[in-house]
Amino acid sequence: MTHRRRLTGPLALMLALFLTVWAAEARAQDPRLEAARKEGKVVWYTSLALTSSEKVAKLFEAAYPGVKVEVQRTGSQRILQRMMQELQANIKNVDVVHTSDAGHYVLLKEKKLLAHYTPAGADAFAAGFKDKDGYHYGLRATVNVIAYNTKVIPAAEAPRTWKDLLDPKWRGRLVTAHPGYSGVIATHVLALVHLHGWDYFKALAQNKPMLVQSAVDPSGVVASGERPVAADGGDYTFYQVKKKGNPVEIVYPKEGVPLVVSPSAITSFAPHPNAARLFTDFIFSREVQQVLADTEGLYSGHPQVTYPADKPRMSDLKLLPVDAEELEKRNEEIKTRFVEFFGA
Amino acid sequence: MTTARPRRLEGLDRAAPIWLLAVAALLMLILLPVGWLAYMSVRSDAGFTFAHYARVLGDPPLQKALWNTVVLALWSGLVALLIGAPLAWLTARTDLPWRRSIQHLVMASFVTPPFLGAFAWVMLAGPNAGYLNRLYRELTGVADPLINIFSMPGLIFVVAIYTFPYVYIMIANTLGLIASDLEEAASILGAGRFQVARTITLPMVLPAILSGFILAVLQALALFGSPAILALPAGFHTVTTQLWAFFQYPPRVEMAAAFSMPLLLATALLLLAQKKLLGRRGYAAVGGKGAQRRVIRLGRWRYPALGACLVVLGAAVFLPYGILLKAAFSRAWAQPLTADNFTLDNWSFTFLSLTTQSAIVNTIELGVLTACVGAALATMLAYVTNRRIIVGHQVLAFLAVAPVVIPGVVLAVALFVAYTRPPFLLYGTLWILFLAYLTKEMPVGYSQSDATLRGIHPELEEAGRILGAGRFRVLREITAPLARSGIIATWCFVFIGVIRELSASIILFSPNTKVISVVIFDLKEEGQFGAIAVLGVFMLVMTFVTVVVMQTLLGRDVMAGRQAGGAA
Repeated sequence: MTHRRRLTGPLALMLALFLTVWAAEARAQDPRLEAARKEGKVVWYTSLALTSSEKVAKLFEAAYPGVKVEVQRTGSQRILQRMMQELQANIKNVDVVHTSDAGHYVLLKEKKLLAHYTPAGADAFAAGFKDKDGYHYGLRATVNVIAYNTKVIPAAEAPRTWKDLLDPKWRGRLVTAHPGYSGVIATHVLALVHLHGWDYFKALAQNKPMLVQSAVDPSGVVASGERPVAADGGDYTFYQVKKKGNPVEIVYPKEGVPLVVSPSAITSFAPHPNAARLFTDFIFSREVQQVLADTEGLYSGHPQVTYPADKPRMSDLKLLPVDAEELEKRNEEIKTRFVEFFGA
Repeated sequence: MTTARPRRLEGLDRAAPIWLLAVAALLMLILLPVGWLAYMSVRSDAGFTFAHYARVLGDPPLQKALWNTVVLALWSGLVALLIGAPLAWLTARTDLPWRRSIQHLVMASFVTPPFLGAFAWVMLAGPNAGYLNRLYRELTGVADPLINIFSMPGLIFVVAIYTFPYVYIMIANTLGLIASDLEEAASILGAGRFQVARTITLPMVLPAILSGFILAVLQALALFGSPAILALPAGFHTVTTQLWAFFQYPPRVEMAAAFSMPLLLATALLLLAQKKLLGRRGYAAVGGKGAQRRVIRLGRWRYPALGACLVVLGAAVFLPYGILLKAAFSRAWAQPLTADNFTLDNWSFTFLSLTTQSAIVNTIELGVLTACVGAALATMLAYVTNRRIIVGHQVLAFLAVAPVVIPGVVLAVALFVAYTRPPFLLYGTLWILFLAYLTKEMPVGYSQSDATLRGIHPELEEAGRILGAGRFRVLREITAPLARSGIIATWCFVFIGVIRELSASIILFSPNTKVISVVIFDLKEEGQFGAIAVLGVFMLVMTFVTVVVMQTLLGRDVMAGRQAGGAA
């Protein structure tokens, strides 16, 4: 474990690249590769942060030369909207769809838009990462946290709980991302509504937080000091900016942290089905899951993945999971009430 | 009009199908989507209904968005007027130093995509991390920020510094046409400098002032990017951002259609008002060229006036461009640009991404295609209306400039409705963007072509016809060479307009048809400042290269002649 801590991002990436190139030998035998090469590319609609998505794409392209990954990164809700809008116009574009709103997969499965496919090795994943019917699997997980800028806020004064954020002293000093854009935040809102009720968000809105869209953005806002405290956001994004040397500290609130498991699935209409399966196996492989854990600070369902020493174990956190069916049913309510309280 | 009849008959020659095609294209471009929009706004499964209107107009958050748009547009117009009018007077009539450079810088502000300006101002005047606010705190020790850009006043300010050129151009052009005789006569009769300005100059420029104000208001009404970047974080919507928000899953297209109508109505009324104002511009003294214009000496006010101009241009051009450049080369934009913070990663990250590469290709393809087709169509239409080739050419002239009243977002909603269903299934292709751009740029293209053809007297063509040449030959050998530089200018205006377009693109793109502005907006939502700055700089370079190429080709300052345009 100690040596891993010294591996900074680029080094770990190089190691991963080396491993993937090394493993390429075995992959060249994969009979699907020829078919995937004929297809030429895989189209990946993903809500994973752009830099992380591009990194995964580059790893795949290095492992399977001749198959490109077309990364279409946007917020979870936008992904669903784009995909449905395209289908309505009879455009079949998406091969692999990955969002952070588990409710989407309830909807997509019901509409028969997902292909039945279990990525190699995904059987062994932790229970919360698997669809019982075998349509989608959790590619990664993150938890929503509070974070603050240590240059502006002394550790002693930093908020420790979700309810601390309601203190009027944080008026004009908070930033929150948007459930109408981000699946991570939609999940967060539902988890906290269970914990503290809608009154919590009504009160939070009184503190006039700055509204950004992506769950990735609060980390940048806090790092720049534009708002010193983030009221939500995926812990991996704060972990990354902290690793880059920004004065950011993460708080895991005592009441519990909303757990966001982000599923990935192949679509039933995938125009590049072989490339899609190859890509899906690849992103669920131990190597890629380990890269996501090491350099991106994400949690994984893979039983053998290890974590950097400076990240808390999932088992040490009080997790607040949400039910995918409920998330799908209450999606509209979450967006509407949030806009009602926060204004936009 | 007596000559119109024989000419019309003459027009029924081999070229007739081409004119008719141009006319049909124009009708299709405008009437089809707007017709669909109107239809969708009253359609329901049960038949005709006003329910969508009742819902959008009765909903308090939507009423708030409407009100916000009114406040934004009127105040932006007013501030633009307060900046643009004095600046126009200073550069057109006084001995202000560096007048030419100031004119050029006003044009730089004019071609700057407003959403880029808004984005730059986030870095300059974010209440806590913004450069100017940090500087202010350091100098004064005050805890409160000097400017909070995420607020209605902040938004008004940013919108105004990119719309004042509309006022400027209107007034500077008019001032350039007013002879000084009357002013001199008044002075000789003993009026003071102030009295001359108040009683002579001001009344003559008043129509231009008002119509410049209206143009600025129109621009502010239609903007999408600036409110999305500055108003949403502050927790308020404008009509345009709200229209865009209707396109979530499941999309509420009927609501969007109904909510488009107030905006469409407002812009149409404003344009009508402007036409009325300009139509009354019957002063004999305005319109003559060649008369002497007296240069007003500013005396000891010369340098303070220059200072004021530089403050405005600093806000619109120098500061935003500076911060964009800095962010493009920084790891952390809020930190000083030291050796540690310097990086080229933003550039490699941006340009190595497949999404960006295809967006650049798409943008250039669309820019070139729209500019070619747009310039050709606009020239043909201007030819038809100027030479009065067919009946109803006045209606054509009106239709060609009518899209000015359609804000980009509304146009996009209309096109979305019209072209996501058979028989025209264009969503997901570049063609739907092409149609949006072509429609949106038509007023600019048409005005430019119209001005060009007005300058070519029909006598030359008639001489050619008398000598036995057919219309095609006359067009090719007489009209085209004379109109060449005008057509090139039209091409460039349309190209510049297209590559910066955001408000229609943001609704009409699909992942395979992203353009640069949409990629910038996506990156904005994720807070990728470095990559946005890189693409922003790239976009500005493309724009200025086009302007410079155009000016070299034409050998004159064509930007100064432009009057109407589309917002991004």
